[in-house]
This record gives sequence, C-alpha cells and structure tokens, in this order.
Amino acid sequence: MRTTGWLAARIAAVRPTTSHARVLTLDVPGWPGNDPGQHLDIRLTAEDGYQAERSYSIASSGPGERVELAVDTVPDGEVSPYLVDVAEVGDMLEVKGPLGAYFVWHESDPDPVQLVAGGSGIVPLLAMARAHDRSESPVPFRLLYSVRSPDDALYRDEILDLAGRSLDLTWAYTRAAPEGWPEPVGRLTPDRVAAATWPPARHPLTFICGPTRFVEAAADAMVAAGHDPARVRTERFGG
Amino acid sequence: MAQFTRGFGSRRRDADPDLPPGQYLTTDFPVLSAGPTPRIPLSEWSFSIRTETGETARWSWDEFTALPSEEVSTDIHCVTRWSKLGTSWRGVALDTLFEEVETSFDYVMAHSYGGYTTNVPLEDLLDGKAWIAYEFDGEPLDPEHGGPARLLVPHLYFWKSAKWVRGLVMQQHDDPGFWEQNGYHLRGDPWLEERYW
Repeated sequence: MRTTGWLAARIAAVRPTTSHARVLTLDVPGWPGNDPGQHLDIRLTAEDGYQAERSYSIASSGPGERVELAVDTVPDGEVSPYLVDVAEVGDMLEVKGPLGAYFVWHESDPDPVQLVAGGSGIVPLLAMARAHDRSESPVPFRLLYSVRSPDDALYRDEILDLAGRSLDLTWAYTRAAPEGWPEPVGRLTPDRVAAATWPPARHPLTFICGPTRFVEAAADAMVAAGHDPARVRTERFGG
Repeated sequence: MAQFTRGFGSRRRDADPDLPPGQYLTTDFPVLSAGPTPRIPLSEWSFSIRTETGETARWSWDEFTALPSEEVSTDIHCVTRWSKLGTSWRGVALDTLFEEVETSFDYVMAHSYGGYTTNVPLEDLLDGKAWIAYEFDGEPLDPEHGGPARLLVPHLYFWKSAKWVRGLVMQQHDDPGFWEQNGYHLRGDPWLEERYW
C-alpha cells in the first residue's frame, strides 16, 4: 500500500466518545485500506487558501474506503478543536495515507501482544484490538489503559465489550476511579505496569501509545521489568 | 486543487517565513522515537566512523568532548509537522570528525544505541551542515532527546538527526535506514516536503 497524494474525504458520521473527544467516520474514495496501528495526515483548507496539516492515528483497519478516527481536543490547538467542536457530517477535508509501517500489528504474528495506552493513545491500539477480535489469531491480547477518570476513556463501551471476548483489560486511573475501586489512583508506577502486563517470559510484542511522559514512563517500566527494548514499540504524542 | 473545509480557519496562526510548508510552530520540545529511551553511561559511550577499508576512527567520551566544539543556533523541523525555531546546541562539527577519515563513498548510515539507523548523503553532513551535539540550551543533552549525544542535521527532517548516535558507517549506496524502510523519504528536505516515499 503505497502513499498516494491527498485524497478528498467527506465526514460521514460524528459521535462523541468523551466530553472532549469524538469519533469521526470519513468516506475516502480511493483509500487503499490500512493495517491496524497506521496513521494518516489530515489537511484542512480555509476559504482564503490557508492550510493546516496534522497526523492522526486510525482506529479502523482493513480494506474499504471508510476510515475511522478519534480526535481528542488539544487545548489551544488549531486542528483538533475544529474536528471535535465544529466539523459536521457532510464537511470535506483531505487525507493522505496510510502512513507508517512499524507501529503495526500483523495477524500472522505468533507472539502475545501487550497494549499500553494513555488517554487518546488508545486509538491505534484499539485498531489492533479490533483487528485481533475479528481475526482467527489465537494469540492473547492484553490492554493496560490509563485514563484520568472513567469518563475520560475513549471507546469505553467498546473496550468493555472486547474485554468480554478477546481482550484482557486493566484500567489505571490517574485522578478519579469508580467507587470502591481496589487500586490506587495516580500515575502508573513500574510495579503496577509489571503487574498488569505480560511477563517477559511470554515474549510479548508491546505497543505503547500516549503523551510523551506517559510513554517514557511505561516504556522504561517494561524495560526495567526485563523486556527486550527491541520488542517495545512506542508512539508518542508531541508536547 | 485543495478541498475547502467549511468553517475552518478562524483560529489561524500567523504565517512565519521560517516555517517550511505544512509545519506548525511549537515552543515545547516534543519527544518522538520508536522505542524505549536507551540510557548510556558516559564510561561506556564511544563514537566511531568506519570506512570502506574497515578502518575505524573512534572517540571515547573524554576524547570526543575534548575536540573543538561549536555553538549552533538553528531551527528544527519534525516530519510530524512541528517546528521549533532558534534552538541552541553545542557539538562537534562533522567537518572536524571527517578530517581524520579517508573515504570515497558518498553515503553514510548513522547507527544508534538501541538499534536505530538512518541514512544520510555525506554532502548533507559536511560544510557546516551537521554536528554531533551533546548540549542543548547549555545543559547536557537529556536522554529523551538523544543524550549523551545525537546527530544534528537541522536542514533535514529531524528523524535524520539520530538520537543516541554511536557511529557512522560509510556506504556506497543510499541504502534506507529504519524509518526510511518504514515509509519515510530517503532524504527528507522539509522545504521540499520530502516526507514519505
């Protein structure tokens, strides 16, 4: 699947997934399909010709010309507030992709998979968990998802649904947990990461995605727990 | 012909002539890399350049930081579209290092602690265009940003400025490195938007 030029995309559906994030479904004629974990570039063009471009992870995968994104508002951002608060069904933008061949899960991979998500870092990891759920792959998938509070989890209902079938799920709450939650609230510690992820002996392939500080801490914790750094793949949001 | 996007543009930033096309300004310092951050003790650090004859010039940390260094003030541009203007570094110019190296090969593969690689034409590293940088803003370079030392090739997208660099290997052809094998452009000029192949 080679990168082509910019493709026109029409917003086919929008729905909120948290109070500050929403899921956008795009119709992209000519989209070549994508692997789980890949991203695309979005280009917005104002009427006077001014343009802004950003990269977003793709929540969907496989063949077809429908592409799903989930966008979290970056305070003081330029593109995400437009996509979360202004864009409506029928609006047009442009996309380029799919991009990235490294932060990708392949159905044929024989090893267990450990997903570690912080906030909206869930998006490319959800694409992998969905692809795994649809696939015949027998490998176990495990997700450690760190969010500020239950209401801040993108795709919460769908993740709970996957957890009932094909996903071993651990929530970590950094600010507020559900009532009676047995775990401490706060940033992930190396011990909590080690307890909620596959041990090195299982030889998992680990994908970590989220804000820089989160990814640094989680990746360091995996290495400290004895995982081969070459088996720990990361995708960091800037800033 | 670009597709107009209804309702977009009201939050626009001022255009800056120092920004390559498709880039936006950031004032913090985003961290991007493909895996965990390696942490290399200075006592174990070395930097080398290997040529086609197998000859290898090698510097320990003490030898390296005793070389003449330069202060570099420059703009940097990440392929993920952030640009940071007026960053301050200290490092050793590749011109200085290549004074000790005889090669007829035109291409370089940079190798990093942690296994990262990136390919760069030699002419993009010489004539005051590139450094091995070990300070940022007057402080030792933070491991997250590639410390103890990273390649600094500011006129190319920043994935070429290999973090945790440990050596350069001369090569006859412009064979692709890590990101280049994973979809990024072989050279990466931000002003030409050489982002992807």
